Amino acid sequence: MSDDGVNRTRRRLIGLTAGMGAVGGAFVAWPFLASWAPSARAKAAGAPVEINISKLEPGQMLSVEWRGQPAWILNRTPEMLDKLPGMVDLIVDPDSQESIQPDYAKNKTRSIKERYLVLIGICTHLGCVPLTKFEAGRAEGMEADWRGGFFCPCHGSKFDLAGRVYKNVPAPTNLVVPPYHFASDTQIVVGIDPSMSRHGPEGAKDMDKKMKENLRRSKG
Amino acid sequence: MQKLLEQSLDWVDARYPVKKVWDEHLAKYYAPKNFNFWYYFGSLALFILVIQIVSGIFLTMHYKPDATMAFASVEYIMRDVDWGWLIRYMHSTGASFFFIVVYMHMYRGLIYGSYRGPRELLWIVGMFIFIALMAEAFMGYLLPWGNMSYWGAQVIISLFGAIPFIGEWLAEFIRGDFVIADATLNRFFALHVAALPLVLVGLVFAHLVALHRVGSNNPDGIEIKKNKGPDGIPVDGIPFHPYYTVKDIMASVFFLIIFAAVMFFVPELGGWFLEHDNFMPANVLQTPPEIVPLWYFTPYYSILRATTTDMINVLYGVTVAMGILTVISVKDIRAKAATVIIAAVVLVALYIFEPKLWGVILMGSSLMVFFALPWLDRSPVKSVRYRGWMFKTALAIFLISFFILGYLGTQPATGLSTRIAMVFTVLYFLFFLLMPWYTTYDKTKPLPERVTE
Repeated sequence: MSDDGVNRTRRRLIGLTAGMGAVGGAFVAWPFLASWAPSARAKAAGAPVEINISKLEPGQMLSVEWRGQPAWILNRTPEMLDKLPGMVDLIVDPDSQESIQPDYAKNKTRSIKERYLVLIGICTHLGCVPLTKFEAGRAEGMEADWRGGFFCPCHGSKFDLAGRVYKNVPAPTNLVVPPYHFASDTQIVVGIDPSMSRHGPEGAKDMDKKMKENLRRSKG
Repeated sequence: MQKLLEQSLDWVDARYPVKKVWDEHLAKYYAPKNFNFWYYFGSLALFILVIQIVSGIFLTMHYKPDATMAFASVEYIMRDVDWGWLIRYMHSTGASFFFIVVYMHMYRGLIYGSYRGPRELLWIVGMFIFIALMAEAFMGYLLPWGNMSYWGAQVIISLFGAIPFIGEWLAEFIRGDFVIADATLNRFFALHVAALPLVLVGLVFAHLVALHRVGSNNPDGIEIKKNKGPDGIPVDGIPFHPYYTVKDIMASVFFLIIFAAVMFFVPELGGWFLEHDNFMPANVLQTPPEIVPLWYFTPYYSILRATTTDMINVLYGVTVAMGILTVISVKDIRAKAATVIIAAVVLVALYIFEPKLWGVILMGSSLMVFFALPWLDRSPVKSVRYRGWMFKTALAIFLISFFILGYLGTQPATGLSTRIAMVFTVLYFLFFLLMPWYTTYDKTKPLPERVTE
């Protein structure tokens, strides 16, 4: 484009007008884009769930829905717990450094009380629900060196009985431990931290923030 | 009567360019006279688009985009709505046939070099249509709210979560909830029935505009516009109407026979067109034993699944090899430097990011690489008829890779099948990555002056 005989002031004004138009367009686009974020109702649906575990025998697992996801509570037998230390060589992240869990579950058994494992039953690869294959060996269709745990049918990820991911499977991190606490000896509340348990729903909101922070930290 | 009609036409034509459009795009649009079997699929794709839009509109009259009602409303269409089963099977069969026809159409472009200049933009618009079509199919697949709908969407949307830093947020943004939920179903419905069809129709229009600007390619891959008679009409061209309109109508009749046979007798096609697991309603707490997308996505799904830690090691090798090959081949020192820098960046990225992300990147690249095709091909000829053994071999390997990846994508991922998928993923990409070399060194046959029979 030639600039000869052009009224520069007009051209500048055209540029400014177009620029303002673009800014206006961005402002108009914002509400539409923002409407795609989880709605207030979707966020509110993250209410905690209470589970009575008095009938949960050793070796049994319960699956409940929390935030539209399966939350698992596994009552581990002493034999199951005994296996955990021996798994270290097979596990990517045995100390859960790169994985998501509340600080109070960042330990050898990934739990508050040794026996009770609480997990989000969603594979950290692409979000399928892993199957329970607690029997070691070929008993449940696994290979001979299987030591019992969870197996994701979608892309073959394997996890041990603390939800820790095996080496050389597609899932990058251990299964997520949700915030939870024991309201009594037989009552687990999923969705609220022990420290927040007295503060009601506000506490849950704080927990949500903390979870997200954890997530960011572990990704970074 | 005749006079009255002519006068009405003239009245309209004075106010709207009816005759001009008719002549330019049909009666005096000259297409090469040597079109063959492969040239049916463009018009057939247009035909299916119409079938899908019409059957889709009627489905929306009975379907409910609500997580508590969607599955039941589809069963209601199947059982209680008069002829509802026909309309639904027409739509589901149409979806699979759309991909069959579009894949044939793309393969035609591949063998006759229809992506080559001056048709680069035509090809690019076509690739956008293909991607919009995949999005349309993916979102439509969620709507029946079967268990495979649910978990398929869960897996694919989780892919976005693999993107560093913004991934989790992005996946949540797309779902509108922490998991696939009512909000997701509702917005996918809006996109599937309104937004994407508009985009598709717009792109198809642009595709035709671009086609009529540059003219059709033909099985010989020579430009008929270079050889015009004294009247200014290409000597190897024939008017689209009536010659090709009649040919295309005949093709659509044959197509409808096959289409109707599937729709009436085997609409599920043994689980290939409608998956068995999708006859169970979505269950948040239970994944189907094996998550498998519909057949038209399986080659890309295979590439996704093949990308494990071992694959990263292979990718190191491919990056280094391609880098060396490029540095040796290019003359310009800046191009050499740029190649080294790009290869180094890729190597560092391979080291930093996890296989999950690379699976997503490879799957995306397996589509994106088609956009570069017009510039990767350096052959002096367009059509496979005049190419040498190198291109023909590469094309055969690519075709085999595509089919094997497609097959593996429908099977459970075991150790061995993942290995095989890795090999064919690499071969798939080498078809494109090595194209500048094998098309340069390939020995071509001399082109004819006129199109052949």
